[in-house]
Amino acid sequence: MSRIVAWATLIFGALFFLLPLIGMTEFSLKMRRGVYSFDAYIKVFEDPTFFATFGYSLTLAVITILFGIMLVMPTAYWVRLKLPQARPVVEFITLLPLLIPAIVIVFGYIRLYNTSSWLPLTGSAIGTDILLTMGYVTLAMPNMYRAVDTGLRTIDVVTLTEAAQSLGAGWFTIMMRVILPNVLVGVLSGAFLTLAIVIGEFTMAALLNRPAFGPFMQLLGANRAYEPPALAVIAFAITWACIGLIQLVTRFSKHERAKA
Amino acid sequence: MPDNRLHQRAKPRLPVEWLGIFPFFAFVLLFLIMPTMKIVVGAFQTPAGGFTLHNLLDLNTESIRNAYWTSIKLSLITAGLGCAMGFVMAVAVVFGGVPKGIRGLLLTFSGVASNFAGVPLAFAFIATLGPAGLVTLWLKAEFSINLRALGFNLLSFWGLVVTYLFFQIPLMILIIIPALEGLKREWREAAAVLGATGTQYWRMVALPILFPSLLGAFALLFANSLGAVATAFALTGPQLNIVPIKLFAQIRGDVLGNPNLGYALTFGMIVIAGLANVTYIVLRIRSERWLK
Repeated sequence: MSRIVAWATLIFGALFFLLPLIGMTEFSLKMRRGVYSFDAYIKVFEDPTFFATFGYSLTLAVITILFGIMLVMPTAYWVRLKLPQARPVVEFITLLPLLIPAIVIVFGYIRLYNTSSWLPLTGSAIGTDILLTMGYVTLAMPNMYRAVDTGLRTIDVVTLTEAAQSLGAGWFTIMMRVILPNVLVGVLSGAFLTLAIVIGEFTMAALLNRPAFGPFMQLLGANRAYEPPALAVIAFAITWACIGLIQLVTRFSKHERAKA
Repeated sequence: MPDNRLHQRAKPRLPVEWLGIFPFFAFVLLFLIMPTMKIVVGAFQTPAGGFTLHNLLDLNTESIRNAYWTSIKLSLITAGLGCAMGFVMAVAVVFGGVPKGIRGLLLTFSGVASNFAGVPLAFAFIATLGPAGLVTLWLKAEFSINLRALGFNLLSFWGLVVTYLFFQIPLMILIIIPALEGLKREWREAAAVLGATGTQYWRMVALPILFPSLLGAFALLFANSLGAVATAFALTGPQLNIVPIKLFAQIRGDVLGNPNLGYALTFGMIVIAGLANVTYIVLRIRSERWLK
């Protein structure tokens, strides 16, 4: 392919991706008639619901990440160490959430864990929070498992484990002080990606009726004109920050390895 | 051989080893498999719990048929266009002789854009191509082109296609760039030595090698678009007749008037996603046999 065609393709692509970003930024500044202003942003930040819902989603994201790591890391480690024959099955299961839409999963939750069931999680606010968090862990699983497993591939799990055991380490110590530092980059990448997904998630939170950031944005979008694009700018900045952090930890680790 | 020794020691107490992934299986069973099975089983049950095929037969109404057809069309078109455009951009950045920094930039941006789906994405497109959007007003003022008069409406099928492409194309780029980087320079050189033109190289060497990756990407993009609720809902509200929106309304307020019909609707969605992936697996096995 000639260089000119390549550049033309990329410029056309860049236009398609930049125009909506420029569009939302410009629109978000137009609240005051005739001049550009930050009025829409001020309005958003003055709204207490913004902070309440954002804080709620952020809390859920952190719990999702911690629970996800506790679930995925020991599993991926154990499969590599003792159960290589189970790997295809486990890998297939971790990819399932990419194929089963989130709306299907949450519909199942609502019917399986309703107030008249054996585990009435949707009966209370805290129960529904737990259910929503488990839903987010499920959504995050494909990314999380792959990130951790890629990290594990680069180290000799069996030798490291035996070395640690012969020095008297228990399973907890092996996990925290031998395995975790070695797959930290993968774990952090998975964590930031999960954060980016969970913060603005709409479907599960809306159907479980929890006061999360995604449904808040949707509600504002249905009722206001200038605040929604301001929210979009904020959401884009958050996504960008999460992906930027992933790049940062990856680059940092490469640097470390090159030194060693 | 520490690996071997461990294996031999492991054999007699195999069941104990499986306990190590018990938490994982318990979680998956509770929060992924059982909820999905509940829907699948419910699709074949009467409200009283007996077996029936009525729910599936009841799907055969005009409104629901249209919803499925629109959803499938939307997924096929956005997956097809997303794959094609993402592929062309990826080829341009890998083989187009552009500086290496651009590739890194495109990858980072794709990582962001493929995750920038849902409610905010809808806002961005409303601000750009909506009735008072930047591009709409600009075209009207500078070229007196009225998008609406030309039949384009963001809150319609094609508006949804354009919006979905914003996350479909980057997803394709993320999947396909590693595959393109795996194409060895020697293959191209060997083809050139044997007298192949650029087109022949792509048609007879590169594309057959990339075929499984392309198919996999298509299946993933298809599923991605089929299940997208937030973007469509924030863009068009509950009006647009596609399956995920219909399902959303059904879960919220039982608009179909029969909870088990909701199960059947969902079951249909699982079947379509499943069929797409079975097709992918079958074609992939066939193409891999070819490669050998």
